[in-house]
Amino acid sequence: MIAVENIHKSFNGAEVLKGVSLTVPEGSVTALIGPSGSGKSTLLRCVNLLETPQSGRVRIDGAVVDFEPGRKVDRADVLALRRKTGMVFQNFQLFPHLTALENVMEGLLTVLKWSRQDARQRATELLDKVGMSAKADAWPANLSGGQQQRVAIARALAPSPKVLLCDEPTSALDPQLAAEVVEVLAQLAREGTTMLMATHDLRLASTIASNVLFLDGGNIVESGPSAQVFGSPVDPRTKRFVSSLASVSIGQG
Amino acid sequence: MSPWLSLMIESLPSLLWACLLFTVPLTLLSFALGLGLGFVAAITRLFAPKPFAMVVRFYVWIIRGTPLLVQLFLIFYGLPSAGIVLDAFPAALIGFTLNVGAYTSEIIRAVLLSVPKGQWEAAYSIGMTWAQALRRTILPQATRIAVPPLSNTFISLVKDTSLAAAITVPELFRAGQRIVATSYEPLILYVEVALIYLVVSSVLSSLQARVEKRFSRYGGYMEAAS
Repeated sequence: MIAVENIHKSFNGAEVLKGVSLTVPEGSVTALIGPSGSGKSTLLRCVNLLETPQSGRVRIDGAVVDFEPGRKVDRADVLALRRKTGMVFQNFQLFPHLTALENVMEGLLTVLKWSRQDARQRATELLDKVGMSAKADAWPANLSGGQQQRVAIARALAPSPKVLLCDEPTSALDPQLAAEVVEVLAQLAREGTTMLMATHDLRLASTIASNVLFLDGGNIVESGPSAQVFGSPVDPRTKRFVSSLASVSIGQG
Repeated sequence: MSPWLSLMIESLPSLLWACLLFTVPLTLLSFALGLGLGFVAAITRLFAPKPFAMVVRFYVWIIRGTPLLVQLFLIFYGLPSAGIVLDAFPAALIGFTLNVGAYTSEIIRAVLLSVPKGQWEAAYSIGMTWAQALRRTILPQATRIAVPPLSNTFISLVKDTSLAAAITVPELFRAGQRIVATSYEPLILYVEVALIYLVVSSVLSSLQARVEKRFSRYGGYMEAAS
């Protein structure tokens, strides 16, 4: 289980997260939605500590890190927590100097010290799972955006993280390429992968997420099962946002 | 055979010998050591606490702001007054290493910064430590970008080693000067010396092209962005 408790984060005095708490039950998918600047990405990046919260607590499967103003966190604790997570970025961020297969192998080789043979085998299986085995030896520069993102998903899954964090995984893709990525993520969700994703993609959120959190101005404004939040939102801000998402999605066809 | 041509051929072995014995080792050694120094300086400047970074800035400021020839004179002719006596070759080696270190530290700093921040984050996201991210993710990409500017420094260095003649290192240029002193043919000898430098630099330039080609195998960044 992933639990984030009372996270505060500000950048240069501007408070981006104002005491956010959430839990993601194992095997479920939670979508973070909300307007740009609402703190979705920051919240996600506080879970794997790419951003360090000023205060609060992050707990994943037994690893706990507490944050207090003015106290340095132990680097080993950060690493231990981070190694229970995998992350998918908006702009893929594949390693351009490695092939698709090597990208997936990298964490297994460098971090987990697997043998090349074992790493290659697991990476091959994962590329197969995301439908990219035919491109195993391709350089990222020669892959489409959707293909790059699918390799990136395999890379994130390679060390068997407890939770997959997805930061706008489809926003840099046109609808057709986004569809292949949604399909892969939906498959993972069916298999019980725990996921927390920030997204603007209504199709992604409504088809995959079991729970939805609506974030606005650094607070969680509304939360609940996705059918409820999308179907009959209560808070007027959520209502307005959901209807704007729907019109965008229809517009995109 | 014209007397000029025969003089050129006669003097060639001793010029090549000086090149092989002094110019080449001085270049290779000071480049290798200077690159190491530049790397440490760049990492310090980027990642170390402020006082250390300040020391590096001071070093780069002094070396870049003063002429190489003056630096060499200081080390070889100046330091003995302070009780530090060095042979000509070690003195030149120290001077060139310090020089290469200062210039390459700026190149290395720039190429490290040119790798997108997202690459650090991607490396961290799969659990790498800072050192692993630097070694496995950032350096391979930075190295590729660094090849042209570092080659520039290297080729300049080959020619700059001629300054070591001024502190009595018997390298290629000084060997040429010696032959001029006995043959009284400065035009022909200095043309010959210049040609040898030209050949060496050309060989290095073609090596650079090969290294760049090797690094380009995984596609350009422009392609990656499109």
